[in-house]
Amino acid sequence: MTAMTLIAKRIGIAMLTLLLVSIVVFSITALLPGDAAQAALGQSATPETIAALRAQLGLDQPAHLRYLHWLMGLLSGNPGQSLANNVPVRELIALRLPKSLLLAGVAAAVSVPIALTIGILSAMYRNSRLDRALNLVTLSMVAVPEFLVATVAVLIFAVRLHWLSALSYAPDNPGIGQFLRAYALPVMTLCFVIVAQMARMTRAAVIDQVSRSYVEMAILKGASPARVVLAHALPNAVGPIANAIALSLSYLLGGAIIVETIFNYPGIASLMVDAVTNRDMPLLQACAMIFCCAYLALVLLADVVAIASNPRLRNQ
Amino acid sequence: MIPPVSPSADRQLDPQGAVQPVDPVRRRRRRWLSGSGLVGLCVVTFWLLIALLGPLIAPHGVGAIVADDAFASMSAQFPLGSDYLGRDVLSRILYGARYTVGLALAAALLASTAGTALGLFAAVSGRWIDEVASRLLDALTCIPSKIFALVMVAAFGSSVPLLLLTAALSYLPGAYRISRSLAVNLNQMEYVQVARARGEGRIHIACVEILPNMIHPMLADFGLRFVFVVLLLSGLSFLGLGVQPPAADLGSLVRENISGLADGAPAVIMPALAIATLTIGVNLVIDSLPGRTRRITDGALR
Repeated sequence: MTAMTLIAKRIGIAMLTLLLVSIVVFSITALLPGDAAQAALGQSATPETIAALRAQLGLDQPAHLRYLHWLMGLLSGNPGQSLANNVPVRELIALRLPKSLLLAGVAAAVSVPIALTIGILSAMYRNSRLDRALNLVTLSMVAVPEFLVATVAVLIFAVRLHWLSALSYAPDNPGIGQFLRAYALPVMTLCFVIVAQMARMTRAAVIDQVSRSYVEMAILKGASPARVVLAHALPNAVGPIANAIALSLSYLLGGAIIVETIFNYPGIASLMVDAVTNRDMPLLQACAMIFCCAYLALVLLADVVAIASNPRLRNQ
Repeated sequence: MIPPVSPSADRQLDPQGAVQPVDPVRRRRRRWLSGSGLVGLCVVTFWLLIALLGPLIAPHGVGAIVADDAFASMSAQFPLGSDYLGRDVLSRILYGARYTVGLALAAALLASTAGTALGLFAAVSGRWIDEVASRLLDALTCIPSKIFALVMVAAFGSSVPLLLLTAALSYLPGAYRISRSLAVNLNQMEYVQVARARGEGRIHIACVEILPNMIHPMLADFGLRFVFVVLLLSGLSFLGLGVQPPAADLGSLVRENISGLADGAPAVIMPALAIATLTIGVNLVIDSLPGRTRRITDGALR
C-alpha cells in the first residue's frame, strides 16, 4: 500500500470515529427524560407553554431526526442557540476559541523542546544516575493534579514573590511584558504535566530503537553514544515520537479545563464548564465536539507524520 | 563463581555502549521492589489505612467548627490549620480520603474488570466481534476523559453513583485495549492451541489458559487506572461538579478553601498535597515492578 492510500484510509477511519463520537455525545445529552423546555420554563409552566416551546425547539420530533438536524447544523457551522443567554453558540465559540488556541499554542511551543531534550538525554544515558533521577522526577510530575501545580505556583510567584499576577487576563493588544505576566502561570501549569508525559514517551520510543540489532551494529563499529542515538536511532523513532507529542498535547485539552477555570482565563474550556453549570446543552454539545475533533486531528497528524517518515512507504 | 550465562534478556547496554552481563545480585534485587517502590508501597498502605480508619482517628468531627479564626496556620492544636469556616483541616482530610480512595478504588476495579473481560472476549471471539468492539471503544477513547465527565454531569447531574459510572466508563477503553493486545498474543501460544485442539470451549480457554498469564500486567494497569480516576474525580470536585456538599472528597476541600490562597493558608495546599502523595505513591510502586509490566507507565495517558 502506498503512503497516500494509507493516509486516505486513516482519514476515513477518523471521520467514521468522529461520527460515532457525535452519536455518543448526542445520545448522552439529548435523550433524557427531563428535557430542555421543562428546564427552561421551570416548575410553574403550564403543559401548553411547555408543548409550545418543545415544538419551537424541535423537541417533539423523534430522536433520530433531531440527531440529523443537529449534525447538519454542526456541519454547516451553526450548532444552534445557547439556552442560557440566547446568543448563537457560534458567536460564543468564535469569541473564546482563539484565546484557547493561543494558550495551547504557547504551552506546546514551550513544552515540546524541553520534553524532547529530556527524553532523548535520558535515553542516551539510560540506566545512569541522571536517567534514574529524571525517571523519578517525571514519574512524580505525571501524577500531580493540575490544581496543586497551579496553587503552588500562585503561592510562590504571586503571593510570596509578587512577580506575577494571580489572575490571568488577556487584554486585546498586550505588550510583550504584559503578555508574559498574564500567560506565565497558566502556561507553566499546563507544561508541568505534559513535559513529563512527553519526555517519558520519547525516552521509551528511543530506547525501543536502541535495543534493535542495527544499533548494536553501530555500537560495535565504534560510534559514540551520542552518535548512536542521534544519527542512528532517532530518525527511526520519529513516528513514535510524533505519536508521543500528539498524545501529550491532547492532554492539553483536558488540562485546560482546570487551568482556565483556576486562572479565570476566557477560553473555550471555561465556557464549557459554564455550560455544564447552566445545563446549556447546545453549547455543551458544540464544545464537546470541538474537543473531540481536536483530539482526533492531533492523532491523525501523528499518524500522517509516522507514515511520511517511513521511507519504505515513501518510495513506492 | 561464574555468573550463569543466559540469553540476551540478561544483558543491558551500559551508558558507554558496551554490552555487559548484569550483576546477578543487582538483578535479584530488581526482581521485587526497589527503594522508591518500597517508599511508594508505604505511602499507598498509609492512605488505604486512612481511608479505612480515618474517621476513627480524626481529632474533631467532620463538620465541627472548632477554631476561632478561619484559615489559621499550623499549630499544635490544629496540625494542618483550619479551613474557611474554622473547621480542623486534618479531620476534614481524614474524612475526605474515604471518598477519594473508596470511589477511585471502586471505579478503577469496575473499569479494569470490565475492560479485561471485554478484551479477553474480543480476543477469543471471531474477527467480526473483535472488529466491532474495538471500533466502538476506540470512539470512546477519542472523547477526552474530562470532557466525557463534563457531558455526563451536565446530562444526569452529579451524584456518587454517576461519578463512579463515569470514571469507570472513561477508563474502560484503555483497559480493554491493553487486555485485548495481551490476550491476542497469548492466544497464539502453543499451549492455547493445544487446549483448542483438545476441544475446550472458549470460556475455558479465556479463563483457564489465557487469563492467568496476563494477570500481572493487568494488575499494574489497574494501579494506573486508579491514579487516573483519583485525578479525574478530584479535578471534577475541584470544579464543583464532583462529590457534592456536605460530603467532601480531597478535591472539594481544595475548592472550598481556594479563597485562602492569597493568605497562603495550609487549608488549600494540604488536601492537594494529600492527593499528590497518594498518586505519586501508586506510580512509584508500578514503576518498580519487574520487567515488562512497569513499561505500562511509559506510554500511559491520563
